[in-house]
Amino acid sequence: MSNKEIWVFAEQREGVLSNATLELLSEGQILAKKSGYTLCAMLLSSDDTNLLQGLYNYGAKKVYSAVDKKLAFYQNDYYSKVISDLINENKPEIVLYGATSVGRSLAPTIAVMVYAGLTADCTELDFDTEQMLLLQTRPAFGGNIMATILCPNHRPQMSTVRPNVFKKTKLSENEKGEKVAVKVDLSKVKERMRLIEETIEEMDAVDLCEAEFIVSGGRGIGGPENFPKIQALAKELGAAVGASRATVDAGWIAHFHQVGQTGKTVCPKVYIACGISGAIQHLAGMQSSDFIVAINKDPQAPIFDVADIGVVGDLHEIVPELTSQIKALKK
Amino acid sequence: MNIAVCIKQVPDSDKVTIDRETNRLNRTGVPSVINPFDENAIELGLQLKDKYGGKVTVITMGPPQAEQALRDCIAVGADDAYLITDRKFAGADTWATSYTLSLAVQKAGNFDVVLFGKQAIDGDTAQVGPGVAYFMDIPVITYVKEAEKTDKGFKVKRVTEEGYQVWEVDGQAAFTVVKEANTMRLPSLKGKMRAKSATITTWGADDIGVEEEKIGLKGSPTIVRKVFSPPIKTNRETIQNEDPKQSVKELLGKLKERKLI
Amino acid sequence: MEYFLTDEQKMIVELSRKITDELIIPERARLDQEEIFPTEILKKIAEADLYGLYIPEAYGGFGGGVMDFILAVEEFSRGCIGVSVSFAANALGIYPVLAFGTEEQKQKYLPAIAAGTKQAAFGLTEANAGSDAGGVQTTAELKGDYYILNGTKQWITNGGEADTYTVIAMTDKAKGARGASAFIVEKGTEGFTFGKKEDKLGIRASATRELVFQDCKVPKANLLGKEGMGFIVAMKNLDHSRPGIAAQGVGLAQGAMEAAIKYSRERVQFGKPISAFQANQHKIANMATEIEAARCLLYATARTIDAGIKDFSMESAMCKLYATDVANKVANEALQIFGGYGYMREYPVEKMFRDAKILQIYEGTNEIQRNVIALDAIKKSAKQDK
Repeated sequence: MSNKEIWVFAEQREGVLSNATLELLSEGQILAKKSGYTLCAMLLSSDDTNLLQGLYNYGAKKVYSAVDKKLAFYQNDYYSKVISDLINENKPEIVLYGATSVGRSLAPTIAVMVYAGLTADCTELDFDTEQMLLLQTRPAFGGNIMATILCPNHRPQMSTVRPNVFKKTKLSENEKGEKVAVKVDLSKVKERMRLIEETIEEMDAVDLCEAEFIVSGGRGIGGPENFPKIQALAKELGAAVGASRATVDAGWIAHFHQVGQTGKTVCPKVYIACGISGAIQHLAGMQSSDFIVAINKDPQAPIFDVADIGVVGDLHEIVPELTSQIKALKK
Repeated sequence: MNIAVCIKQVPDSDKVTIDRETNRLNRTGVPSVINPFDENAIELGLQLKDKYGGKVTVITMGPPQAEQALRDCIAVGADDAYLITDRKFAGADTWATSYTLSLAVQKAGNFDVVLFGKQAIDGDTAQVGPGVAYFMDIPVITYVKEAEKTDKGFKVKRVTEEGYQVWEVDGQAAFTVVKEANTMRLPSLKGKMRAKSATITTWGADDIGVEEEKIGLKGSPTIVRKVFSPPIKTNRETIQNEDPKQSVKELLGKLKERKLI
Repeated sequence: MEYFLTDEQKMIVELSRKITDELIIPERARLDQEEIFPTEILKKIAEADLYGLYIPEAYGGFGGGVMDFILAVEEFSRGCIGVSVSFAANALGIYPVLAFGTEEQKQKYLPAIAAGTKQAAFGLTEANAGSDAGGVQTTAELKGDYYILNGTKQWITNGGEADTYTVIAMTDKAKGARGASAFIVEKGTEGFTFGKKEDKLGIRASATRELVFQDCKVPKANLLGKEGMGFIVAMKNLDHSRPGIAAQGVGLAQGAMEAAIKYSRERVQFGKPISAFQANQHKIANMATEIEAARCLLYATARTIDAGIKDFSMESAMCKLYATDVANKVANEALQIFGGYGYMREYPVEKMFRDAKILQIYEGTNEIQRNVIALDAIKKSAKQDK
């Protein structure tokens, strides 16, 4: 008999809960309401003092907290041992992880350990109240199709969920919750790997070819003095900065930013073309982007033919406005 | 160094189209290729071989035609290849695949390291590497960019969202390799000729001694309920307003609707 | 068209195509504009085992013939003939050793070229000896164990980049063409230096330099064949290498045509893609037909040579003449289809147009090719009358 609980893996780094965790708890609130299950978090850390309240505030009624020096940061053998034991003991219905570098590494190990189904990289979760099953929806083939996946006969049902998909909903600053202290015994787990160094890099220039977002400027930006507007938007989005051939040839920006037949071919999730008319040579380099937004004054500009959303207007007004609205959104 | 690389044959994503009526992939005429992320695993394997000597063995589970992907690996320098194929494996999800592949890897040899691509481009699940490692009871490090041998095992650089970590692993290990690690070398003429005549060992369910209830569709905890078109429409929407604030608001609304931001 | 390629030849094409698409095409504009010798690409070609295509297995090569070689050259040329000539010039530089060298010379020089660890070049042309190869003025005077070379070779492809040079010099000026001899000269030999890199209209990725010999001491053992055989070595070498130039023509034309057809499908004028206009369709039809004809002539010639037929001067000249004329015509028409865009550097046809011209000039101008063909045809007719 499984416990009627939904668990969220609470990812912490150096005593700070990740955004992905808070987003998952927020979505978990909705799933809990639909299913009637209890929303819980499982927290692995070396010290949970400053973490529990945050989890309660985002809707966790119960926190399974495993505290041990060896759990200070993600180490696959320790984490998977503690979590699989917890799952085997408590048999939750659902376990959710953020699709972060930690979640996407940890969840597959747990899945094989407890013989659970795991759906990776979900962008949508729902609950079927008739069959009492979690509906896990994820993009496949580079976002060309969506698939809804079920796990009918194995428990728990597990998903990793893309960060930044769900909205964070904080209930209040002082929600009540129950802490379940988990006994940790890692003495039998052989230490097979050790973290010996960690480096946080300042990522200022995002590589065009790897970027998920690209903001590109064309001749329509008017001059090199206006590239900072493009760069500001890019920074807000964590995007790489692209450019049309015309701007590169005019010396407004360096060649490695150039997108197009004679520049780089890119296929980000979102490509925002600002003041780019859409010469074939440019289109050749970017039209396979998953989603294209074009901002241009001229409604006849060919760039609109490949755009998913076309914004007709003055980029000098729209781009800075977009930057500030995104900034506001993040807060 | 005895190196294993697990690969997957996938349809060339550049050439796949979706039938919007049925939401099925139009696979006819679409060439199959080595999963692009697996190329990085192969190259890392070849680099380890170049540096420390030894052998690179490639293993894939898939339909009989996946043999071509293995031959392509031999053309760039892999030494041995195993094709794990059986109708009984059909419908396997990542759990059943991890289980099956782990038995095959263990039967194929005693490897110092088992390499995987970061994920496959058709499924994007990134689960099989850690899964196989667990079944083999060896440690796994994901998102590896560099690897070198140490006295006890390996030292690897692992890419994270914020930067990178350096890990030491003892003994046998499994790594999943990121794209930033390298670019796969080109095949050579001699390699291609060898690939053409090389013997590919083919194993079915009975050869690797699987438990039948753990393979294929039966062994898979997950099932696909439905497949549908994403909410993104190819027909363009136009936003045009006097007030740029309004335009931006609409734009952000549409992007949020599609979960793009 | 069915070209009846062997499995190995199909592999050569596949491999060369991959190198062209992945390495040459993305780099060609930069190599051209900045006049960069394609060292890195040549290294990759060598790693793919394609340097030794025509070199016997005994010397570390693949053991193929002209056909295998031109398939690779054709593919590379589809991307950039500046790169393909740098590759092909190795064959021109080392074939004399292969054909006329002693076993010792072959052992010494062929394996490094087959492996691609060394490059080769051929030095015949001089300021006053172009089409008139008999006018060579560089001298080689035997003194003890050395020949002392003096003179200057001009416009030598791979000059300065190559390690091994085959050089034609006069050992006996009084004998004219029969007084010429061929020598292997290694880079670094005392008295052997290079002039500055030439600034060219096209094939700007390739290196073209003067070879300067000032009392250059070449060991006696480096004489190829016998004294007085230099002119034969040179002519045989050119006969043998002309299909390579034809392959450059076919490849360049193929690349230009493909670019033009693709563009014509994308470019819309008067509400239609310009490929819908008959004026362009006829251009495409002519290009496609002539390229195919050139290729067929080229392949037939290469197979004739590989079949061991002794005299192939005429066939070799014909395929060079025809394919390079086609290349120029196609580059011109392709550029025309691109219109104004074609004249701009951002599209590759501008470079192809500039590059194509050299094909009608080097390894014997097309006028010389016509001389060869006509003389041969007349000779054959005269023979029949006897």
